[in-house]
Order: sequence, then C-alpha cells, then structure tokens
Amino acid sequence: MKSKLTLLIILISLIGFMIFAAPLKIGFIFVGPINDNGWTQAHYEGGVVALKKAFGDKVKITYIESVPEGAPSLNVLNSLAARGYKLIYATSFGYMNQVVQASKKYPNVIFEMCSGYELGPNLGEYFGRMYEPRYLSGLIAGAMTKAGKIGYVAAYPTPEVVRGINAFTLGVRAVNPHATVHVVWTFTWFNPPVEKDAALSLINSGCDVLAQHQDSPAAVEAAQNRGIYAIGYDSANMGKFGPDAYLTAPIWDWSAFYVPNVKSVLDGTWKSESYWKGMESGIVKLAPMSDLVPTTVKRLVKAMEKEIVTGKFHVFEGPIYDQNGELRVPAGKVMSDDELLSMQWFVDGVVGRIPKK
Amino acid sequence: MNQDMITSTVSGAIRAGTPLLFATIGEILTERSGILNLGLEGMMLMGAFTGFAVSYNTGNLWLAVIAAMAVAGLLATLHAFMSITLRVNQVVSGLAIVFLGSGLSGFWGQAYVGVQSPSFVNFKIPLLGNIPIIGEILFDRDPLVYIGYLIVPLVWLFLYKTRYGMDLRAVGEAPDAADARGINVSLIRYIYTIVGGALSGLGGAYLSLAYTPMWVENMTAGRGWIAIVLVIFAIWDPLLAMVGAYLFGGISVLQFGLQVAQIPIPANIMKMFPYLFTIIVMLFTSSERIKKRFGVPSALGIPYSREEKG
Repeated sequence: MKSKLTLLIILISLIGFMIFAAPLKIGFIFVGPINDNGWTQAHYEGGVVALKKAFGDKVKITYIESVPEGAPSLNVLNSLAARGYKLIYATSFGYMNQVVQASKKYPNVIFEMCSGYELGPNLGEYFGRMYEPRYLSGLIAGAMTKAGKIGYVAAYPTPEVVRGINAFTLGVRAVNPHATVHVVWTFTWFNPPVEKDAALSLINSGCDVLAQHQDSPAAVEAAQNRGIYAIGYDSANMGKFGPDAYLTAPIWDWSAFYVPNVKSVLDGTWKSESYWKGMESGIVKLAPMSDLVPTTVKRLVKAMEKEIVTGKFHVFEGPIYDQNGELRVPAGKVMSDDELLSMQWFVDGVVGRIPKK
Repeated sequence: MNQDMITSTVSGAIRAGTPLLFATIGEILTERSGILNLGLEGMMLMGAFTGFAVSYNTGNLWLAVIAAMAVAGLLATLHAFMSITLRVNQVVSGLAIVFLGSGLSGFWGQAYVGVQSPSFVNFKIPLLGNIPIIGEILFDRDPLVYIGYLIVPLVWLFLYKTRYGMDLRAVGEAPDAADARGINVSLIRYIYTIVGGALSGLGGAYLSLAYTPMWVENMTAGRGWIAIVLVIFAIWDPLLAMVGAYLFGGISVLQFGLQVAQIPIPANIMKMFPYLFTIIVMLFTSSERIKKRFGVPSALGIPYSREEKG
C-alpha cells in the first residue's frame, strides 16, 4: 500500500514536472496571409519570428492565417484554447467580441487583443501610437511638396485613421504652414486597383506628394508612375514598388510588445492591461528615409523624433484648430487618450470630409 | 467640373472598365451558348496570377497574356466538363470554380507577393494620338486597352453577321432545334465556355500586368461578380457591354474625383447606381416578348441532353 502511494506521488510529481517544463504554447490568429507586405506580415515578423528567436524551446508557437473577422473566428479561438494553447494573440479589431466570449469560456488561457478596447481578468489589449511616426512623415511631406498640395489615400473614417491624418497634417503644417492635405476615402483596407484610382484622382488634382492609410502599395506605385513622391505604410517593403517615389513609411515593430509580453507570462508576472505605447517603446517607427529626402530634412526629422521619444513633444498638444478654424485644443493642453481614441474631426489644413454615420 | 476632371474621369473609366470589358465579353459568349459560368472571379484571379508569374519569370508580357488566357481557359474547361458532359448544376460548378481559382492563385501566388515584374506601358498611336483631348484619352493607352476597343466590334460582327455566330446563338436559344439542324451542341458549348474563360483570364491579366502591376491575393476584389451583373446590364450584347463596362469603371473613378473636388455625393450612393441600372434593365427585360427581341439566351443554364428530348 505504502509503495503504491509513493509511486503515485512520484507519478504526480513527474507529470507536474513535465507540465512545468513543457514549453508555453502560444497561438496567433491573423486576418490575412503572413506575406501580405503589410499588417499581418508585421505581426508575423514581430510575433512568431521574433518570439522563436527570443525564447527558443521555451515556447511552442502556432499561427492561423486569413481567419475571417466576426463569428467565424470564435471556433478558431476555442479550438486553440481547447488544444492547450495558453496564450492567444488576436491581431485584428474584428475579433474582439469573439475574444471576449472565448476568454470567459477559458479563464485559464490568456488572451491578448490587438487594437480593441475590452479588458478582462485574462484579456489584455495592445496597440501602438502610430500617429507619432505619421507626424514625422508629415514633416517630410511638408518639406518635399512644391505645389503645397498633398494627397492622402485613406481607408475608412475610423478614429484611428482620422487621428493619423490629423497627426500627418500637423507635421505638414509645422514645416509648411500653407500646405493642404487632401483626403480621399476608399472604403477598403486592401484593394489595389481601387487604391490606385483614388491615388490617381489626387495626383490629377495637382497633389505632388501622396501618403496613405492602406495596406497595399498601389498608391506608391501610382506615384512612381506619375513621377511624384509617396509615403508608404505598414512596411518598408512598399519602397520596392516606387524606387523613385518612396520617401519613407510609418511602420510597425510588434516585437517591442510581443517579446516583453511573453516574458511576463513565462515569469508569471503577466497582468491584464491596455498597452498603448509610442515610439519610445519601439512598437512604431519611421522606416529609414530614402535618398530622395534631403539631409537637412532628415536632420529635422531625427531631431523631432528625439523630442517625441523623450516625451518633450506631444503631437496633439494645443493650440490645435479644426477645419472651421475653431480652437479644439487650447495652448499647453495635450489631448487625452480617450479624446484621441474617439477622434472624429479634422485639424486645420485637411481638405476633405468625414462621412456622417 | 472642369476639363481636367472630365479628361481624367473618362480616361480612368476606360482603365477601370477594361478588365470588366474582357470578362463581360467572355461571359456573353459563354452564356450565349447556354452555359452559365459564375466562376469569373476565380478565372480572373488565375489569369491575374498566371500573367504576373509568367511575366516575372520570363520578362515576356505577351507570353504572360497568352499563359493567363490558357490557364483561365483550362479552368473554364473544367466547368464545361462538369456542366456539359456531367450535366451537374451550373451554379454549383461555377461557384466551385471561384473557390478553386481564388484558392490556387492565393496558394501559388505567395511567392510572388511583393516582387516586381515588367508591365505594359502606354503606346501613343501616331496621328490619332495627337488629336487634342480625345487623342490623350483614347489613343495614348497600353496595348490591352486597344485590344479591348477591337474585340467589341469583332465579337459583335461575329455574333450577328457570321454563320458561326448564328450557330452559337441557336445553341443558346433552342439547342434541340440546333441539334436537329446538325449543329454539335456540346462542342459549341465547350468552345465558347473555354473562349469565355480565356477572355476573363485576359481581364485578370490586365489587372496584374497593366492596371496595378503587382500580384496580391484576391486582387480582382469582386470584379468577376460585377462582370456577371454587366452581362445582364448589356442584355447579352457586346456593344452595350462596352458601354456598361466603361460606365461601371467611370463611376468607380468618379467617386474619388468628386471627393477631391469636394462635391458631397456619398461614395456609397455612387457605388449603388450601376446595380440600380441593372435591376431596371432586368425589370425591363423580364417579359418573354422583350427577351426574344433582345436575344436573351432561352436555354441559359439548362443542360442539354438529346436522349431526354426523345
């Protein structure tokens, strides 16, 4: 009897040891293919690739590509949790409701949701202040335009996109107080020919620099075609589509979040929080500026980057006026995160309208 | 609206309409033979992918176009086999072609995302290209646009003025009568399903070799479905197909032009117009008499079998 008990204790502790020593199983769900040159590729490189490099055998990572947003994602989340994945990253806004459901069903699994706002005991949120590098790219656009007209190909009028346009325009106006930023909505994140048509309509109206909040390089390609400048987005790879047009791109480096986040789970120090950091963390960056950008401009951008990283300069610090010339942010005041996250008005200098809901 | 805006809208309409034009003309030929091929989206994607891959690997644009047409034609052959030889439901088979085309092009295309290949450049036609405004809009384009100009009257002449065209229409209209006259119904249906597929492949190739010279997954973004709507809009007529394709293209370009010009017509409403027109056309052509008058293929979607006719 006693020997049986001893055996049982040994067995239990052995199993316990095995569980303890087993690698942390991490699952990612992606909205697109991992080589989309944009959003998903950035998550793949900053997540899957960087984590394997950083933690080696301590983690076991799987990922599922092109998971549709909304209801279909629930099955994917549930099956990952049921298969023993203890840390699950959902990398698109449209998964949020399903992540909330799954996090309630599997309280022992940690869920991290990108770009959403729901929190739970085992559910955290993460995103980056992309508006900071967008402001820097605005400085470059403002310095490079000769016509004083800059085009902005934008996807949907969400607060994230509006914030980006505003930050960009504040950057443009900081170096070129009379330049205007002309916005065209495409109502698609990814549709190259549509994005190109939108870009061409801006070029035809006289814009000589293009920026974008789109996931395909079509606007960069259009700019190359018509001999004007372009600022990409998501990934420095966009430069390949317009070697004579590409200036730079505000880009993501998600490893700045994923690596410390996984470490906290491994250490047992993870807690649910809303992570929204800027350039100081490295999660958002300005891609290396191309040779088309003059040295003086590069120097200015580097100097402003330092101001932002050290927290001396805030992009949305007043005085900021809206399109109607109304003072929205008084001098000396910095917009709160809540105000930024619900932004639905354009700053002075933007030509375009936010469609009413 | 100033002159620049009109010029750029018309010019953009032709650019945006050309891929639709090829696919619509192709589907008109297929449907005229009595076969409904809803697989346009899949065939266009395979055309776009194949064209890009061949252009990237060989640097030969015309070879790329031919390969795109051949591969899309191959996919159409599968549809033909299913719907003509096996006589399965054509809607189901067509949908299968959509998923097959988008799946295969997405899978094989992974290696071609983010790379660059040669693309078609504009070629100004001497004399015609020098006409003010019109020359710039119509005759300073890439070669595929010119093929689009030519294909429309040629298909029209073929359909209405040649014996082969008459045979084609007969097969789609009354396959048993055509059969009695000694026309090989199955053969004709095979031929035009494949030709239709090849043309939709050309439409896809236009996207990846001229419109936005790159390959990205699902880059047709619903244009195959728009082409199916356009066939109805055009009442199965190639000349009206041209009007419809350029009109659809024009509206998709104009929505941006209006935004730039600060003219407040919501894009969502603009996008609705072509479909609204199509519904009006459908209402208009719903009566049997009008269907006969315009040549709506009566046997569309109905498998033909001689035995059953007894």
